[in-house]
Amino acid sequence: MGMTMTQKILAAAAGLEKVEAGQLIEAKLDLVLGNDITSPVAIKEMDRFTVKGVFDKDKIALVPDHFAPNKDIKSAEHCKCVREFARKNQITHYYEVGEMGIEHALLPEKGLTVAGDVIIGADSHTCTYGALGAFSTGVGSTDMAAGMATGKAWFKVPGAIRFHLTGSLPQWVSGKDVILHIIGMIGVDGALYKSMEFTGDGIASLSMDDRFTIANMAIEAGGKNGIFPVDSIAEQYMKEHSGKQYRIYEADPDAVYDEEYTIDLSSLRPTVAFPHLPENAHTMDEINAMEPIAIDQTVIGSCTNGRLSDLRVAAEVLKGRHVAKGMRCIVIPATQAIYMQAMEEGLLKIFLEAGAVVSTPTCGPCLGGYMGILAEGERCVSTTNRNFVGRMGHVTSEIYLASPAVAAASAVKGILCGPDSLSD
Amino acid sequence: MNAKGTVFKYGDNVDTDVIIPARYLNSSDPEELAGHCMEDIDGDFVKKVKKGDIIVAAKNFGCGSSREHAPIAIKAAGVSCVIAETFARIFYRNAINIGLPIVECPEASRGISAGDQVEVNFDTGVITDLTKGTTFQGQAFPEFMQKIIASEGLINYINRQ
Repeated sequence: MGMTMTQKILAAAAGLEKVEAGQLIEAKLDLVLGNDITSPVAIKEMDRFTVKGVFDKDKIALVPDHFAPNKDIKSAEHCKCVREFARKNQITHYYEVGEMGIEHALLPEKGLTVAGDVIIGADSHTCTYGALGAFSTGVGSTDMAAGMATGKAWFKVPGAIRFHLTGSLPQWVSGKDVILHIIGMIGVDGALYKSMEFTGDGIASLSMDDRFTIANMAIEAGGKNGIFPVDSIAEQYMKEHSGKQYRIYEADPDAVYDEEYTIDLSSLRPTVAFPHLPENAHTMDEINAMEPIAIDQTVIGSCTNGRLSDLRVAAEVLKGRHVAKGMRCIVIPATQAIYMQAMEEGLLKIFLEAGAVVSTPTCGPCLGGYMGILAEGERCVSTTNRNFVGRMGHVTSEIYLASPAVAAASAVKGILCGPDSLSD
Repeated sequence: MNAKGTVFKYGDNVDTDVIIPARYLNSSDPEELAGHCMEDIDGDFVKKVKKGDIIVAAKNFGCGSSREHAPIAIKAAGVSCVIAETFARIFYRNAINIGLPIVECPEASRGISAGDQVEVNFDTGVITDLTKGTTFQGQAFPEFMQKIIASEGLINYINRQ
């Protein structure tokens, strides 16, 4: 019985020839990540270890991004706690406001996450790095503390679900639509405790940004991780961004999958997850047949969809158009480099001329922190990853999860719609 | 070790945003977090919960964010055990790592009602609904996790290694 790609990485990190689903292992970590919300809890826990200090100051990344730039005094105290810990322990990869970005867009861009790595992060969307062929998974603060202290973590080896992708995506359909379609198909616990392994020749048609978006939301199906095979696109990305040695693992031909799905990418449509679960997926064709859904705010950004190609698509839709009267359209480039590139390409000008606002990188509104909180009964089309009750503000507010193309089109019309519905 | 208390009952997919909304995550103080526990799904919870009470939920309890603040808030609110059909994996890890007892038991999740008096024996995994006079067998933890639980969390466990 062969191993899946995830199992091969975990076996190597545990120093074992072979592992199988359900086995408990201890694996060496290549990177431990935390942010301004989860790190302070971990830092407090660090004091309880009998062995002091961190295992490797080069293998820890601290990124204040959730409530940073500081949204209030308490958040400022949290960021200060992280900053002081980073200084005291000489953490190499601490990113201050000005160099910081949303962690899951920033770390691959900085070359800290490469194929074959085993990565834990005290943030549930740590699964993003599977796009590059790494095993990466979200944990809590205590696991983060243990990881920082020992360089190791315990894992239950996951079984896997295989998603075999064929074909290529039609116009205005993106990685976001792929993952919303999948979550709609298997449910928010459809991949509980399992790895989501993507295979097939359809992957070649997906950009790195699309793959990051897909892997990013594996957690929204309950998955332990989402992982892509390493092809020339992934290798090119790593060569451009990282000097780190990467290791390519492939699933065995006789690897065992608990379930297998084949998805023809060319059959997918723009897809939107309705309140209040990411599994409530509807295609744009279904939405067009419904009564119009009036929208108050649109958010284009986050660790899911704040990358350059996301901003390019949003700008393509917004160019020469204006957001609807009364609409708040908030654009958040995910990192400083993306912000700079968007400026050089003229995307920011397009956003501003369209009546959108452009924010410095922050997770901000995605988790109802700041920079776009919803009032009672308000509706938002958002390129973020969760639409739970109260996630972005008042408990009666509603979030519709969508791609940047759909969010931008909805900003223009003031109702939930796709770019095809905009007149020239 | 036993837990005994009155049951608060919830459904599928209770996410960490309703367990402790992010607007309160500018604090990491357990008592402060406990004061807002379950606020967006059950505004009465913090008014009614007593030390030792038990949460019973259905599928995928604790899905969403990795915030350890969620099990911390539940524990600090006085809850002695969470029983669910299944737990989201990060919540599952976090609960074990901080020493909040959790039990997976689909039958108990379905058979126990809100307000019932329930007792959980952590050594045997037996869950008794004292109000209805019914018993359920919860799933036992692997030995490795039992050691973490017996050490009252991951850090003590590592310190003893």
